[in-house]
Amino acid sequence: MSHGPPYADEDDDRPPRPLHGLIDAAPRVVTAGPEMFAAALEQQGVQVDRVRWRPPLTGTDPAALARVVADARGDDANAAAVARALAAGAELVDVLPAREALGLTGGEFCHAGPPIGWERASGPMRGALIGAVLFEGLAGDAETAERMLAGGSGYDLRPCHSLGAVGPMAGVVTASMWGFVLRDPVHGGTAYCTLNEGLGKVLRYGAYGPEVIERLRWMSRVLGPLLQLAVRRRRDRVGPVDIRAIVAQMLHMGDEGHNRNRAGTMMLVRELVPELLDAAGAGELPAGLGLGDVADVVRFANGNDHFFLNLVMPAAKLALDAGRDVPGSSLVVAMARNGTDFGIQVSGTGDAWFTGPARVPDGLYLGGYGPDDANPDIGDSAITETAGLGGFAMAAAPAIVRFVGGSADDALRATRSMYEITLAEHPTYRVPVLGFRGTPTGIDVVAVVRTGVLPSIDTGIAGRDAGTGQVGAGLVHPPEQCFTAALSALAEAAPPFP
Amino acid sequence: MGTVHIEVRRGAYHDSVTLMWATRALATMPMVDEAQVAMATPLNLELLAERGFDVPDGLGPTDLVVAFRLGEAPEIERGGAVKVAMGSIDDVLAARTAEPATASDVPVAHTTGGVLAATSGDETVPLAFVSVPGEYAFAEAMDAVKAGVNVMVFSDNVPVEQEVLLKDEAARRGVLVMGPDCGTAIIEAAGLGFAHTPDAGPVSIVAASGTGAQHLVSLLQLPGMGARHCLGVGSRDLSAEVRGRSTKQALDALIDEGESELIVVLTKPPDPDVLDELRAYVAGRRPPVMWAPIGSGQRDLTDVAERVLRSRRWSVPKWPQWHPLEPLTRRPGLAVRGLFCGGTLATEAAAVATAAGLPADRLDVVDFGDDAYTRGRAHPMIDPSLRNERLARVAADPAVGVAHVDVVLGYGAHPDPAADLVPLVEAARANVVVTLVGMNGDPQGLDETGRALAMAGAHVFLSNAQAARHAAALVRERGGP
Repeated sequence: MSHGPPYADEDDDRPPRPLHGLIDAAPRVVTAGPEMFAAALEQQGVQVDRVRWRPPLTGTDPAALARVVADARGDDANAAAVARALAAGAELVDVLPAREALGLTGGEFCHAGPPIGWERASGPMRGALIGAVLFEGLAGDAETAERMLAGGSGYDLRPCHSLGAVGPMAGVVTASMWGFVLRDPVHGGTAYCTLNEGLGKVLRYGAYGPEVIERLRWMSRVLGPLLQLAVRRRRDRVGPVDIRAIVAQMLHMGDEGHNRNRAGTMMLVRELVPELLDAAGAGELPAGLGLGDVADVVRFANGNDHFFLNLVMPAAKLALDAGRDVPGSSLVVAMARNGTDFGIQVSGTGDAWFTGPARVPDGLYLGGYGPDDANPDIGDSAITETAGLGGFAMAAAPAIVRFVGGSADDALRATRSMYEITLAEHPTYRVPVLGFRGTPTGIDVVAVVRTGVLPSIDTGIAGRDAGTGQVGAGLVHPPEQCFTAALSALAEAAPPFP
Repeated sequence: MGTVHIEVRRGAYHDSVTLMWATRALATMPMVDEAQVAMATPLNLELLAERGFDVPDGLGPTDLVVAFRLGEAPEIERGGAVKVAMGSIDDVLAARTAEPATASDVPVAHTTGGVLAATSGDETVPLAFVSVPGEYAFAEAMDAVKAGVNVMVFSDNVPVEQEVLLKDEAARRGVLVMGPDCGTAIIEAAGLGFAHTPDAGPVSIVAASGTGAQHLVSLLQLPGMGARHCLGVGSRDLSAEVRGRSTKQALDALIDEGESELIVVLTKPPDPDVLDELRAYVAGRRPPVMWAPIGSGQRDLTDVAERVLRSRRWSVPKWPQWHPLEPLTRRPGLAVRGLFCGGTLATEAAAVATAAGLPADRLDVVDFGDDAYTRGRAHPMIDPSLRNERLARVAADPAVGVAHVDVVLGYGAHPDPAADLVPLVEAARANVVVTLVGMNGDPQGLDETGRALAMAGAHVFLSNAQAARHAAALVRERGGP
């Protein structure tokens, strides 16, 4: 919703009219409420614009809503918070192991979504944690790993978001995993995300078999160090890769940055391959790695259409972190799922999570899988929607809607309907088919509660059982109580009525 | 007792007027004896229980309840009747929730702010009209105020601290908040809410009383004077908490406009200090202001109307009455029961009847438009079923001599209030006195309504004060005080 003064008298030469001309002429009337009053006005020849009003989300405390709407800080706070988010840059400055980037030690694991322990963790989350224990060499087999995790000691779990990181699906990060380091040159923030493993049997979907652990080892031994070399060379010679610029271009090439990252991946590879070839030619490859390894890295990145997702996510994270901690602001700064709970964080309420049960996405299933095989919604990747991408940029990616079971019109409608719950239109991320309109960016808790329009998230579906992998893709909405609970917290932080 | 059918739809919100039409659609079906389609507010749950509908526990105000009782019928026909009944409900409910025809349409906006943003840049003078449930009205009204748009808040049940904040914000931005609980307004001949379209007259009205304003305008229109503007300010505006915030702005605007020869300020019983402050606020300014607070010891609105007419050198007409051809032959009781949709009419009727000598123990007046009766229900001027049910009981009570009711015509009100009342009047054991608020040009027809009620046996008056005096006289004639 935009809150300009659309009817303010702008012609300063005229004397101000009392009540903006209310009693000068038969009014044009905007109506909110029962239809009969609108119809009665039309009977009298008055032009009527109807609000399609409906009550706020179920569970909304009306007094809390009034108090937040009455908070005089609200509009300015939201404008300030979203302006910071829109201004944030995203430069790819390094590739590092999580041990160095996040300071993780062997028994410290990050996971996607709001905080969760082993007891309540879903299948794919448990599988990924078992894989993490095996990968870090803390147990020799899955049974021992599971016993250790169920025992609750010898390891530490925390959300990726609490360390300035984001992880797709289970989002499990361990000390020895490598990841991208992004920096916001405007506000100085840093964000981190692991390297994408590809599709099929992968840790982020809860698989932990030998081939999964073997691939992770290769990523740490070959992929990470070579990407580090390329990223650092690029950074030091011509400046860091501008991820925000690639995201803007991918929206013009049929990607939405969550479920489709094909063009983004190609543009990244295009940036990094010359650096790798130069380094090889100059004999600067790390000890033990050769041109064959370079080819493997390029093949791996090219062969994984989601490779760039792990750069869109930290870019989005940087933007929203810039919008954090503005008192009085109802801007959503994170939406994330751990496979059991869906949680959101809000600018005006610090690090508090507002959670509800994660839902099973509504979409299409691969092969012989069906809804019974699906795990509830999982992953930090909803940070893309929080930043105006993914489901919010669906209109830019008509090719993806068939994958999630919709039509091209559905894609347009999905993006259009999000403008009602967002604070701004993105100045850089634009949608050609909407006349290059900026994507709807910056979810407003108050607007979600009032309109009953829930954010539309375009996501992959993980199998319910650990190790199954991806079973489908579809659309999902956050549970309503995330927003009604956030509203109540905003009300408590708001000044009372005089 | 026939078969009861109850269906609950969770989270299916519909506004109270749509629900009234849905109830009506059901109740008029031949197989259906009794029906109620309502959101599960505490009041509606109570009403459902009273009617013997056993509704499941744990429902809230966003849950829809469809409840009806089928008449005696063979088992085989009942299933079909339920299906037909539910189909008719779905038709009524669906009529107002259609989405745009094609996906390329711009989505509809669900908030006042959203619609205002979409219509911004338009030259036409803007006004927002908010009639959503009171607990949610503040946000809608605040959208308008922040956009620099005047707003009429028809909703009642708005907390007073929200009203004060809204009005302070509006004053800062130079716009007017009419309301909350503002039933009527007339701006440049456009009637808002419960409204009429009188001729443009020399007198403007600032009203902290909806039905009071409708009554005054109706009286002024009879000889053809009409009214210029009628700006509602909300029933609490002259209270100690709100302190005339909107009244001051409305007076300023009318004075600045300079087109009114006289301004009448009509208000429910005001705080005396606030009234003094307002008098001082306009002292020495033109045009003159006539103060018309309502209540015991004050002038009644008929008296106010006559003074207004005389002040502009208009002659005072004989206020119309419609009487039955045959007087009541039964011997009813000696009590007067007032059953009103309009709060000001109720207050005034009680004051006039008391002044006419009716003792307090024989007078009982209920305002069905009070907040307590309108939570989760349409205003009784739209849906008078609660009031009419009470009338049926009161008029059969041997202790009652007169049932005094009001019928308010105009835009926004019930499309044919006489139709529901006529059978009740015909069946009444007591006298029925009706205050009929309306004017020629109202969609329901003033004279048609008056005649239909008189034919049924009611004594009908355009003047509420005359009606109240007549009610008192009817019980006095037969051994009263």
